[in-house]
Amino acid sequence: MSRPELEALQLERLKRMVNYCYENVPFYHERLEKAGVTGDKIKTLSDIQYIPFTTKDDIRDNYPFHMLATPMKKIVRIHASSGTTGKPTVGAYTRRDLDLWSDHVARVAAASGACEEDIFQISFGYGLFTGALGLHYGLEKIGATVIPASSGNTAKQLMMFRDFGVTGLVATPSYALYLGEMVKESGYPRDAYKLRLGLLGSEGCTEEMREQIEKNLGIFVTDNYGMTELGGPGVSGECEYRCGLHFAEDAFLPEIIDTETGMQKAPGESGELVVTTLLREGMPVLRYRTKDITRLNYEPCRCGRTHVRMDKVTGRTDDMMIIKGVNVFPSQIESVLVGTKGIGPHYQLVVRRRNFMDNLEVKVELVSADLLESYGELEALQRGLHDRLKSVLGLETKVTLVEPKSLERFQGKAKRILDLRNEKE
Amino acid sequence: MQIQQLSVFVENKSGRLAEITEIIGKAGVDIRAISVADTSDFGILRLIVDKPKEAVELLRAAGLTVSLTSVIAIGIDDKPGEFAKAMRVLADGNIGVEYMYAFISCDKGKAYVLLRVLETDKAVECLKQNGVTLLSAEEIYGM
Repeated sequence: MSRPELEALQLERLKRMVNYCYENVPFYHERLEKAGVTGDKIKTLSDIQYIPFTTKDDIRDNYPFHMLATPMKKIVRIHASSGTTGKPTVGAYTRRDLDLWSDHVARVAAASGACEEDIFQISFGYGLFTGALGLHYGLEKIGATVIPASSGNTAKQLMMFRDFGVTGLVATPSYALYLGEMVKESGYPRDAYKLRLGLLGSEGCTEEMREQIEKNLGIFVTDNYGMTELGGPGVSGECEYRCGLHFAEDAFLPEIIDTETGMQKAPGESGELVVTTLLREGMPVLRYRTKDITRLNYEPCRCGRTHVRMDKVTGRTDDMMIIKGVNVFPSQIESVLVGTKGIGPHYQLVVRRRNFMDNLEVKVELVSADLLESYGELEALQRGLHDRLKSVLGLETKVTLVEPKSLERFQGKAKRILDLRNEKE
Repeated sequence: MQIQQLSVFVENKSGRLAEITEIIGKAGVDIRAISVADTSDFGILRLIVDKPKEAVELLRAAGLTVSLTSVIAIGIDDKPGEFAKAMRVLADGNIGVEYMYAFISCDKGKAYVLLRVLETDKAVECLKQNGVTLLSAEEIYGM
C-alpha cells in the first residue's frame, strides 16, 4: 500500500476510533469532551495532536475494567502484565480483537521467515502474560506447528528440540542464551537440533547477545515489539533485513513526541513513542504514551514492506527496568524498603547477567544497631526483604546489607540503578 | 560484673577491618579482646576495649552501625577440662550461650572467656554460686 493510501485508511480509522471511544468509554467521553475533540473535528492525521494523551496511570486508575468499550459479555479473553503497585495492567479482548491480534503476530512471524513447515517451541511463561499466547495464536495462524512448552525445565526443552524436530524458538533473549549454552553442553551432535529461527522478545537484546544466541543455537533471530496496553506482541517486528521493526500501521498509529513538551517531532527524530489503536474493540487506547524512546523511519525497506520501521527501543523516559522479562520499577522496590525497620532510605539496584540470566541485587544500608546481637536477626531481615520483594516483583533478588552512608547520595535525580548486563564479566 | 562489648556491622570488603580498628587505634583506645565472624556479605566485629564509650562515639562519628551490649567475663585455669567445667555449670543452670570468645593471659596461667548470654544476671549468680571466677569491667579494661 502506498503512503497516501495508507494515510487515508489511517485517517478514516482514526475518526471512527475517536467516535467509538467517545461513545463507549466514559473515561474518553469526558477527556474528549473537555478537549473539544470528536471524530468529525479530525480532518487530517496531524489533527491527532488535539487528542489528549493516555498514560499508564490513566489505565491503572481505571482498573480493572473501566477502560473497556464493550460489555463484558463481548469480552472473551483477559490478559494482564505485572503491576507496579500490586495492581496489574489489564488487557481485554473481544473475539475480533483476538483474531486481529493473531493476524498482527502472524505478520511478525512471516516477516521473520517463519512458515507453515516450521515447528515452534514457545518457551515463554504462559499465564496472564501476553507474550506466550500472543505468539502461540499468531504462529498457528501461519500454519506453523506450536509446542506450548512454557519456560523452565531446560533438559526437557532440549529433549523436545531434538525429539520433535523443533525449528523455531520463542523465548526471552536471556533464556535463549542459556538454552544455547545448554545445547552446546548437551553432548548431542549439532545436527540433532534442527533449529533455524528465533522470535525473541519481551526484554532488550544487544547485538553481541544476539550474535551469541545465533551462534550457539544456529538460528536467525528477529526482534518484535508490543505491550499489554496495546494488546501484546504484534505491534511491530523485524523482517529478514533487520533494519528496524515494521509497524502494523493499519492497526496502530505511531507518533514520536518530545517527552517534555508533548509536541510531535519531525519524522526521523528520536523521542517517545505514542500509539493509538485503530481497530481494537475491547480496550481501545488513544495516544498511549509508551515511555519507550525510539525513532520512526519512513523510508521503504528493501524487503518491499511499506509500513514504517521503528528502531530498536533505545531507552525509557522513566526508570523501568526489564529483568528476566519482568517489568520492574524502582518505586516498587522502594515501597518494600520504606516499610522495613532497621534499614535506611537509600538503596542501589545492581543488575547483572550471570550464566546468561539476569539477576537483581538490592543493596540497602543497615542503620539500626539493634540487630547486631545475632546473625540470626540480620539474616531474618535479609530473608524478610527477599520474600517481600519476591511477592511484589515476582522476581528473585539478592538482598545485600551494606554499611550506613556507603551508598552514593544524590542531589537532584537519584541514579539508583547500576545496569552491568552489557559489561564483560 | 557486666562488661561492655562493641558490636560493629562490617561489610565483607578487604581492608575494612584495618580501617575500622585504625579509627580507634589513632585515638589511643586499646583492644582487649576481639572476635569477628562473617556470612558471605557481611560480618559482625565484636570488641572489648579499655574505653568502650569513647570507642562507640568514635565509630559512630565515622558513620558505622555500632551497638553496645553487656557480656560477662570468667577467668579459668589454663588447664585441660577447666573450660568444660564452667560450661557444665551454665548448662545445668539452663543458661544458653549466644556466642563467646576466649583469650589466654600472658602472665598468670589463666584463660579468660567472654560470654554473651540472654539472662546476664541469672548467669552471674549461677557462676558465682558454683565458684567460677568472674571478672569485673575494671579488671578487663585495665589488663
